[in-house]
Amino acid sequence: MSTVTSSTEPSAVPSVGGGLSGLSRGRSVTNSIMTVVVYAAFLLALVPLAWILWTVLSRGYGLLMDQNWWLTSQRGITPRRVGGGAYHAILGTLVQAAVCALIAVPIAVFTAIYLVEYGRGKLARAVSFMVDILTGIPSIVAALFIYAVWVTTFGFQRVGFAVSLALVMLMIPVVVRSTEEMLKLVPNELREASYALGVPKWKTIARIVIPTALSGIITGVLLGLARVMGETAPLLILGPYSASINTSLVDGPMAALPTMIKDNFGQALQPATDRLWASALTLILLVLLLNGAGRVVARFSAVR
Amino acid sequence: MTSITGHSEADAGPSGDMAATGRVGDRIFSALATGSGVFVVTLIGLVAAFLLAQAVPSLMDNKASFLTSREWQVSAGDLRFGIADLLWVTVISSVIAMAIAVPVAIGVALFLTQYAPRRLARPFASLIDLLAAVPSIVYGIWGYFVLRDFVQPVQSFVESALGWFPLFAPLTVSGTIFLASIVLAIMILPIITAISREVFDQTPAAHKEAALALGATRWEMVRTAVLPFGKPGVISASMLGLGRALGETIAVTLLLSVTRGTFSWSAFAGGETFASRIANGSAEFDTPLKTGAYIAAGLVLFLLTFAVNAVARIVIERRKAFSE
Amino acid sequence: MAQRIDVKDLNVYYGSFKAVEDVSMSIEPRTVTAFIGPSGCGKSTFLRTLNRMHEVIAGGRVEGTVALNGRDLYSKDIDPVAVRRTVGMVFQRPNPFPTMSIFDNVAAGLRLNGVKTKAVLAEAVERSLKGANLWNEVKDRLDKPGAGLSGGQQQRLCIARAIAVEPQVLLMDEPCSALDPISTLAIEDLIDEIKQQYTIVIVTHNMQQAARVSDRTAFFNLAATGKPGRLIEMGDTAKIFSNPTEKATEDYISGRFG
Repeated sequence: MSTVTSSTEPSAVPSVGGGLSGLSRGRSVTNSIMTVVVYAAFLLALVPLAWILWTVLSRGYGLLMDQNWWLTSQRGITPRRVGGGAYHAILGTLVQAAVCALIAVPIAVFTAIYLVEYGRGKLARAVSFMVDILTGIPSIVAALFIYAVWVTTFGFQRVGFAVSLALVMLMIPVVVRSTEEMLKLVPNELREASYALGVPKWKTIARIVIPTALSGIITGVLLGLARVMGETAPLLILGPYSASINTSLVDGPMAALPTMIKDNFGQALQPATDRLWASALTLILLVLLLNGAGRVVARFSAVR
Repeated sequence: MTSITGHSEADAGPSGDMAATGRVGDRIFSALATGSGVFVVTLIGLVAAFLLAQAVPSLMDNKASFLTSREWQVSAGDLRFGIADLLWVTVISSVIAMAIAVPVAIGVALFLTQYAPRRLARPFASLIDLLAAVPSIVYGIWGYFVLRDFVQPVQSFVESALGWFPLFAPLTVSGTIFLASIVLAIMILPIITAISREVFDQTPAAHKEAALALGATRWEMVRTAVLPFGKPGVISASMLGLGRALGETIAVTLLLSVTRGTFSWSAFAGGETFASRIANGSAEFDTPLKTGAYIAAGLVLFLLTFAVNAVARIVIERRKAFSE
Repeated sequence: MAQRIDVKDLNVYYGSFKAVEDVSMSIEPRTVTAFIGPSGCGKSTFLRTLNRMHEVIAGGRVEGTVALNGRDLYSKDIDPVAVRRTVGMVFQRPNPFPTMSIFDNVAAGLRLNGVKTKAVLAEAVERSLKGANLWNEVKDRLDKPGAGLSGGQQQRLCIARAIAVEPQVLLMDEPCSALDPISTLAIEDLIDEIKQQYTIVIVTHNMQQAARVSDRTAFFNLAATGKPGRLIEMGDTAKIFSNPTEKATEDYISGRFG
């Protein structure tokens, strides 16, 4: 019987396959304990998620109900005064992210095309490796690099466009990886069918491969946008906060949601604390919206 | 694709160079693609070059030892700065975060791939992924305003029980490394989970069946088939998580109490990481020499994360070589 | 050690799909029983019910009884894990644990059962590898990965792994279908040797193989695609191949032989 006899007799091979009686106690206890542990790990991981979302929602939703929140800025509003809105910060975040995407997406898509359709040998391996390194680069390092180029070397001011440039570095790897995955999924038969019709390679990629992979690419862009919008470090280095609306990326400080949160963080006064949670909720909603959109698009693409 | 073997044909895949002709469109297109690739490679080189170039003058002027000094005196004229305490706080906070996050992440990944009902595995996985979508500044304010009050009693308990050990020496600081580590652990949990989940999911059914057919319980099947198969993936995932923790800026900046001039080996001390020192100093980037000191710290952080990410990459590459 | 298996009125389902219908048979100890039949006839599915491996696939369940020496494998107090320890299995594709050495692969089952003593393990590994006719080929490289062996060697390693825990029955699901003819011959010789100690059940697509290795043969068939598979006929191999009772069996066998 398998009840591993605790006899100290080591010589005989234990009659493991002796019969159908249950497992040794120790083994089934271990199995049950580990099952509980694994379930507990999952539940444990859900705790902070629920806790954070609840905290931000319950403390932040009040101000969001007021339409002024969406339509006005914080111009002239001191920490002890209630009122004002987040329009200036929402605008800044959206504009900076949009400009970032305009620059990052073409570079990233072409890099992915290179990796899948052209790249062979050493250079391709180097590109793939560097994309991974770029994925792991801390956002504060990306920001310092742009600072070293934009401010120290060229002598420009800390403005929204510099923030966008730093965000480009963070967005490229996200879009490269998701695009690459999708391009690899495009069946080779499609390419060959196109070549067989006498279509040149570039047209095959542009007309056949990219459209087939488009929804996946869009998902990557949306997820990339969601990531860069929540980034704070580049704003600390390159994008000073302003309580007023600024639509220019190249002139003067421009607000963004993370810096609006940071600005209200230091104030111990209730109106500021309310704005802190409200702007955090606004940021989360924005990010989750993009995330959700990305998933919806991905769901459609999965059907293919 | 004739995927008899079931492998993706990425390698033998769509090279199709026979189709690339000398026509203008093809040349332009391939130049754009190659150019973008080269740009990405160059970008990393540029980061290193620019950071180095602007750190060097400050390092030359530095009157303290950059690697061993705990000073940070960067006002004009008299540069004395070192990274000893930054390195310690950065590493210890990330290591504690790993110690918390890795076991939980492995448990969650096992739950999602081996234990959860098939139908629910996907939605459950999306829930965990949501943790990755929460912006880090939100983690920061949540940790500061909410979690801190819950961590305090835990700290007091550990301090009173294990205070004799230098890592747990009691101090009176509100924003401790320990608190920052817990928040970091939550932040890197989804990263480690996602990659571990992926590799656990790829465990060949044949290996799992082999274990079960030997009379393994579910846990024993996990131990004999799933964990050994996934080990390189989990290591690599943990390294990526570590890289993320080392470089995390705003959450740590908000959470850690700045305690210049004092230093303790305790996890219940405050302090600054590379990233939070840079963030705290960002308002005073006025002269190139002063900025250069912060950039020097940033360069070290860059090298640190580069190394960690490179190791992660190498480990996962090696696994691919084995499994195909 | 070998024991008999009695199956009575067995239906196998995957979800609501009935894969195998109404099978009753007896498998004698120390014999080799071959299951033959066209693809999709349920012979592999049925084989997996003999050690409850079908339950690994979501929705897999049975009605009826499978008794090992008189004890129903599906009664409530029986743990499927214990069943699988008693009824070993060798799969279609060799599946050594890739991260383990040859030694560790063979020892895996014993270690799971709590055997830790080095000497006991070493003895069992040697005995099993000898039993699987693999000892001479690998004795100098027991610490090398099992995945480094040739396909045929890997399959014999899997057999060694299965017999190391001294099961009473050994199930083989097309064990040679991924192997070349020479390796196949080695496995067939091995089956012939180990049937002295084990009850062996083998599923095969290869008619000659069934004729060569088995004492008794069971022919499975299905009425049409989507219909459950059924046991058509079972008897001594010589009789099934020379003078089957059922017309379907004869058609299948003669069709294969051309």
